[in-house]
Amino acid sequence: MSYNANSKGYYGEFGGAYIPEMLYPNCEELRQNYIIIMQEASFKEEFEQLLKDYVGRPTPLYFAERLSKKYNTKIYLKREDLCHTGAHKVNNTIGQILMAKRLGKNRIIAETGAGQHGVATATVCALMGIKCVVYMGEIDIERQAPNVARMKMLGAEVRPAKSGSRTLKDATNEAIRDWINNPVDTHYIIGSVVGPHPYPDMVARFQAIISEEIKWQLKEKEGRENPDYVVACVGGGSNAAGAYYHFLDNENVGIIAVEAAGKGIDSGESAATSALGKVGIIHGSKTLLMQTADGQITEPYSISAGLDYPGVGPMHAHLFKSGRGEFISITDNAAMEAGLMISKLEGIIPAIESSHAFAILEERKFNADDIVVINLSGRGDKDLNTYIDHFNL
Amino acid sequence: MNRIHQKLQENKKILSIYFTAGYPALDDTIEIIQGLESSGVDLIEIGLPFSDPLADGPTIQESSTAALKNGMTTEILFEQLKDIRKTVSIPLIIMGYFNPILQYGVENFCKKCQDIGIDGLIIPDLPVDVYNDEYRSIFEKYGLINVFLITPQTSDERIRFIDSVSAGFIYMVSSASVTGAKTGFGKEQQSYFERIAEMNLTNPQIVGFGISNSETFNQATKSAKGAIIGSAFIKHLTNHGTENISDFITKIR
Repeated sequence: MSYNANSKGYYGEFGGAYIPEMLYPNCEELRQNYIIIMQEASFKEEFEQLLKDYVGRPTPLYFAERLSKKYNTKIYLKREDLCHTGAHKVNNTIGQILMAKRLGKNRIIAETGAGQHGVATATVCALMGIKCVVYMGEIDIERQAPNVARMKMLGAEVRPAKSGSRTLKDATNEAIRDWINNPVDTHYIIGSVVGPHPYPDMVARFQAIISEEIKWQLKEKEGRENPDYVVACVGGGSNAAGAYYHFLDNENVGIIAVEAAGKGIDSGESAATSALGKVGIIHGSKTLLMQTADGQITEPYSISAGLDYPGVGPMHAHLFKSGRGEFISITDNAAMEAGLMISKLEGIIPAIESSHAFAILEERKFNADDIVVINLSGRGDKDLNTYIDHFNL
Repeated sequence: MNRIHQKLQENKKILSIYFTAGYPALDDTIEIIQGLESSGVDLIEIGLPFSDPLADGPTIQESSTAALKNGMTTEILFEQLKDIRKTVSIPLIIMGYFNPILQYGVENFCKKCQDIGIDGLIIPDLPVDVYNDEYRSIFEKYGLINVFLITPQTSDERIRFIDSVSAGFIYMVSSASVTGAKTGFGKEQQSYFERIAEMNLTNPQIVGFGISNSETFNQATKSAKGAIIGSAFIKHLTNHGTENISDFITKIR
């Protein structure tokens, strides 16, 4: 079985491009060019150079000794939290801004929930001197004031999404509408492995640098390229897609996806799409998504703004459906406790998204000689207020 | 013969009106349809509301959100429409996004449409390629005409392909925009209208997006068979309710 996208953008039954005709020329232009451009020597050179000198790659693969001792297994952390702007998101925005330049686009749009992808997009637009408009739900703008300020400092225009529930999914709708209205000069930088083909595959390829590095770093440290398990949190699923990418076809490597259970799977306030979702269409992709019996998309909930997306990328839907991936959901409380635990044990304050991945160690037992790589997708600076409120710090 | 085909054969310009089912009030559907027919409208697009209408501007988004809040569902819409053919004879099209139809079951949905007397569907996010490969036979089995969109950016080659898959009319989106974004047509649109007219397509074209009054209706139908009004009609319903529909329609032509 293949776990990568086929030429039409399907991962098994999931994926494709369910888009209005107005978006067809944009997506088709991208589809015809993205692989060709990514394989050009000059593109690769520029991408790698920026990842090295600007983003700070390779990020370390760090052996977490105290954490390993606590859970009696061998745990490595992939330190995406050390990337410029504080998370893995910038790997993708660097790739896409270079893609946009080669396609002759002079205006960038993006959606953002918590603001991390918005900041990563505003950053690369500043770097390249390209006009940038970021759509953000009106409610998220209120909740994430520091990231709004960052985007503004970086020269981006932040436009409030005022429709629907005024959060990430609506910001995505607004960005898509902007793209419909500006079909010629604008490139849409989607922040995750979601959206119509070729986005899920393109974003996964840009994030694949994560697993590419894990392979050679693990070889150096352990004399073997493949861990026994790779663990990552999944909202839309871009950090997970990058962490899994080069291990997908090796069934000896266990893939563990961690979703946000919010206040509990059955609480009505959750974002655990694999448990609560059904097959449907969201943002141009056929995937698992949370919806009413009538097919209306529902609003997810998680304490972590980066995980409350009502769907998952089609790659992850396929990993779930095929049984290739093991899906675990973690509540707000368990994630917060894990975040505090990692802070005290390893001296690293993780983003709450990443804290979900650590929380599985309490319930998912590994063998003492297993090598477990956990993708530490982002740092916790942005979440300080949430940690403060939760623990009365 | 499908009512859409009959209507298209008439020697007149088609006025098609879109409204969102369940708006302004949940049970306004029948009154609006009857009001439109008695005002002389040729074709009606009944909007099945969706939580995330990607191709629509604020007016239709807001009416959809309100309709869902009013409790509109696919099941309720079908229930409201079950006796519609006892009183209404003009062609009826359901326009909606694909996900609610997928959840209802595409075949169940099509069968229900046939039972009621719906003549066609417009599903903006069901691409022509996917329709052609996976769903065409189901739509045809239940006698439904599926209508596809073209835009100023659609290549001639793709327009020919869409024309070959179409079996009623082509929905010609007037400009690169979501619904309700622009009113009036400039030179760019005029030359696009002419380009399409010169292609001599098999299917007649009905223009949508950007039509709000008699001036834009006349411009759009100079070379096209008809035109569709959506957002402007919804604004009329918002401001004047369902009782004065003919006031709006008679001003168009």
